[in-house]
Amino acid sequence: MSGHAQEPFAKLPVAPKPPLRRFHQARWDEPIIFEQSRPGRRGIAVPAAGVPAVEPPETVRRARPPKLPEMSQLHVLRHYVRLSQENLGVDQAVAVGQGTCTMKYSPKVNEAFAAAVGELHPLQPVDTVQGVLEVYWRLERMLAEISGMHRVSLQPASGSAAIYANVAMIRAYHASRGEGDRRDQVITTMFSHPSNAACAKTAGYEVVTLMPGADGHPDIEALRAAVGPRTAALMITNPEDTGIFNPRIADFVDLVHEAGGLACYDQANANGLLGVTRAADAGFDLCHFNLHKTFSTPHACGGPAGGACGVVERLEPFLPAPTVERGGDGYRLDTERPQSVGKTRPFLGVTPNVVRAYAWIMALGGRGLREVAEIATLNNNYLMDKVLRIPGASAPWGRDRIEQVRYSWRELFEDTGVRSEEIGARAADFGVHYWTSHHPHLVPEPFTLEPTESYSREDLDEYAAILAHVADEARRDPGLVRGAPYNQTIHKIDPTPLDDPAQWAPTWRAYTRKHLS
Amino acid sequence: MTHPYIPNAEPGVRAEMLAAVGAASVEELYAPIPAALRLDRPLDLPEAMASEQELVAHMRALLGRDTDTVAALSFLGHGCYPHHVPAVCDEVNGRSEFLTAYAGEPYEDHGRFQALFEYTSMMAELLEMDVVNVPTYDGFQAAGTAIRMAARATGRSKVLLSGAVSADKLSKLHDFLDHDIEIRTAPVTGGGEIGEVEIDDSFAAIYLETPNVYGVVETRGRELADLAHAHGALLVVSADPISLGVLAPPAAYGADIACGDIQSLGMHQSYGGGHAGYIATHDEERLVAEYPSRLFGLAPTAVPGEYGFGDVFYDRTSFAHREEGKEWVGTAAALWGITAGVYLALMGPEGMRELGETVLARTRYAMDRLAEAGATVLHSGAVHFREFAIEVPDADALLGALRGHGIFGGVRLDGRTLLVCVTERHSRDDIDRLAAAVRKELS
Ligand SMILES: Cc1ncc(COP(=O)(O)O)c(C=O)c1O
Repeated sequence: MSGHAQEPFAKLPVAPKPPLRRFHQARWDEPIIFEQSRPGRRGIAVPAAGVPAVEPPETVRRARPPKLPEMSQLHVLRHYVRLSQENLGVDQAVAVGQGTCTMKYSPKVNEAFAAAVGELHPLQPVDTVQGVLEVYWRLERMLAEISGMHRVSLQPASGSAAIYANVAMIRAYHASRGEGDRRDQVITTMFSHPSNAACAKTAGYEVVTLMPGADGHPDIEALRAAVGPRTAALMITNPEDTGIFNPRIADFVDLVHEAGGLACYDQANANGLLGVTRAADAGFDLCHFNLHKTFSTPHACGGPAGGACGVVERLEPFLPAPTVERGGDGYRLDTERPQSVGKTRPFLGVTPNVVRAYAWIMALGGRGLREVAEIATLNNNYLMDKVLRIPGASAPWGRDRIEQVRYSWRELFEDTGVRSEEIGARAADFGVHYWTSHHPHLVPEPFTLEPTESYSREDLDEYAAILAHVADEARRDPGLVRGAPYNQTIHKIDPTPLDDPAQWAPTWRAYTRKHLS
Repeated sequence: MTHPYIPNAEPGVRAEMLAAVGAASVEELYAPIPAALRLDRPLDLPEAMASEQELVAHMRALLGRDTDTVAALSFLGHGCYPHHVPAVCDEVNGRSEFLTAYAGEPYEDHGRFQALFEYTSMMAELLEMDVVNVPTYDGFQAAGTAIRMAARATGRSKVLLSGAVSADKLSKLHDFLDHDIEIRTAPVTGGGEIGEVEIDDSFAAIYLETPNVYGVVETRGRELADLAHAHGALLVVSADPISLGVLAPPAAYGADIACGDIQSLGMHQSYGGGHAGYIATHDEERLVAEYPSRLFGLAPTAVPGEYGFGDVFYDRTSFAHREEGKEWVGTAAALWGITAGVYLALMGPEGMRELGETVLARTRYAMDRLAEAGATVLHSGAVHFREFAIEVPDADALLGALRGHGIFGGVRLDGRTLLVCVTERHSRDDIDRLAAAVRKELS
């Protein structure tokens, strides 16, 4: 054991670092918060009423106090600071392993701008919020330029919420033309993000999914066979979650238009395309962006996020209300929009993220955005070159990729029996994320890497070296990889109780009832 | 200059990397994108700010034009509430390990899983229900999904909605439900509560809100639960969790699904950016199967004494099954869930009770003072939590005049009706100041 009293110290000069980090995640062995409770303690004081009390009637009064933890302020803070240390953000880690998620740097300066709107109420008189309304208006104009669309709504709370809002507009558009009932199908592709299919279904559509052809592109013949009088829309991601750009995308759009359908572009992740090509250039009628991906707002453990829906002029009447309008006497909210799909969420949007996204674009300008796209694409191709040198790794459908790649460990799995998720758990031991990708698992033993513009060449080299090391471990000692992780807060999890209704414990209350009593 | 956000834009690095991939230029990497689709001009966007300092000056100039609810005395609520945000809440959600993380696995992101499990667990105690989701977007979405869950669980497609719901939420519910769920609306009594309700065996649910859009605490929850259950339907109740230190949780009077917004629990108003939605049920498989959201649960690890976490019943989700999953799941509002957990841990049971008592008392005090000042206070016989409506001869004129006193007096519901919001942030003096200004303007 290093540091034992009997062991000599290393000598100066300090030896070079080993090739891989000797990382260890924080391990506070932190109890669940309820286990730290002590009756009578308090984390914060509340103002006393100072006016006569009101006794609510028995029928509406709480009968027994909630069993919340009772803790002093430092101890609440310390608990959560420890938990935060047991978590990896972009600020600590080379976060290229969460492909499709566009994990980029969220500039610190933007946090102050987000905080500056903290005490604004969304229903204040408009003349008291001209600043924030101008930010909304300007960001809308910028995203309209970036997408080529006529107008953009910043109301949706996330990418999927924006996809849903787009479906709602599609539905309203066809209904306005008396075709609402007839057009009951939405076409998507297998490698379009699953929310396209799921939102369309929730909105009442039958979903038709096109499978990839031999070249990895969605099959245009399959589209030709699928479009028709029942087609409400094509909802498609491009590049798809594989990172492959569909070169016939304009033909896809044309086919759908010829059948009277609308074409809707999932541009959640437009990171490789900023200033390169636009939704409007391929003829799309609607598109959406994720502010928390391409436009740098922090991912916040999974939101608050932000979505932006862009539409062509003929769909403008259906946008979520209200819209922000500029007039002679400043900015105002237009609520009189009779054909609008209405509200998709409370108020105008996720304002702190609208402010952050605006500031991010202002820090880059048009040329900067183009540089973001170019470097994101270069980084991806550079990392792909390194990853594909690792024995057992492959990229089905070749090397033409824009900003991300869905890779496969099929060969490594066949050789070693080690699965992609086990590689990920071991990679985490070196201080990085690694994500095994969501549906569809058409690519065997998948992993998706997306090195945005934020990472340095050295970061990419490090990430590739970690994967190469773990793949090598899998060949030399598969049991080691399958038993991972070792350098994490916790050790390998047994997930079986999570799917067993008799055992699952989605809250401490359920856990104590099922397992402690 | 190499842009500070783009390390590999440095020309030497860029050239080396291009060489490494065997490309003469980045253009080559864009070869899959047909020329006809390429933008042949630079984006027409404002010039980039040349430095962080200039960006700060620009943003200050823009946002400095706003007058916020600290500068003015605000009585605005109607879905977004000015509760005190404890400093520890801001400290925790500003931690960059949480702020800049996303969707890591339960190993390297153990902290996020534990923090969210603890959030759902504290909500479960407050709600007296065993299952709570990782937050959805907001209370509107939570209501829409709760109703859809009821419809799926019962196999029915009608809902009886309380009439005392905000117009914006109603708009969302229509957009989200109309194509396959029929919404019937219950009347509102003169006292501000849900009125006579009739359902039959074709209804999936009765949906109630408490406190409702007028701040009225509904008192007939038990009766509605019994009615719903007698017809094989569910009772869905939207309740603001901040009221539950003093008010009975929906489960206590028989609700099957509780839902609502958690903005009150430690989130700033943020011009509508502080919202997140909760959905809660008992631990019944048929209801758990209907959640679209993620549910985080406890699991053992290879080492005794370690808590592991993971997704409960993941097979429900659109991540697992695309359109065959329940609705959809994606990025929503996790950091606000963590924050609400911090809030509940700071407050504890006593803090939640005291806060509830303070809000109940100050709301009543404000109602009394405004009545004395000449406004007609609506539904004054009901118990109110945090909000109440007043009738005045001209709502716009009064709001305009109050502006002259540095007061945002309330939210206009119609030409004669205002909604006034009072929280623990409004001192007795603040309320007296509002009443004095109203008295002056109405006389
Ligand atoms: C291509 C694509 N579309 C849509 C989404 C959904 O976005 P959100 O997670 O904000 O709902 C994502 C996010 O992963 C995505 O990558």
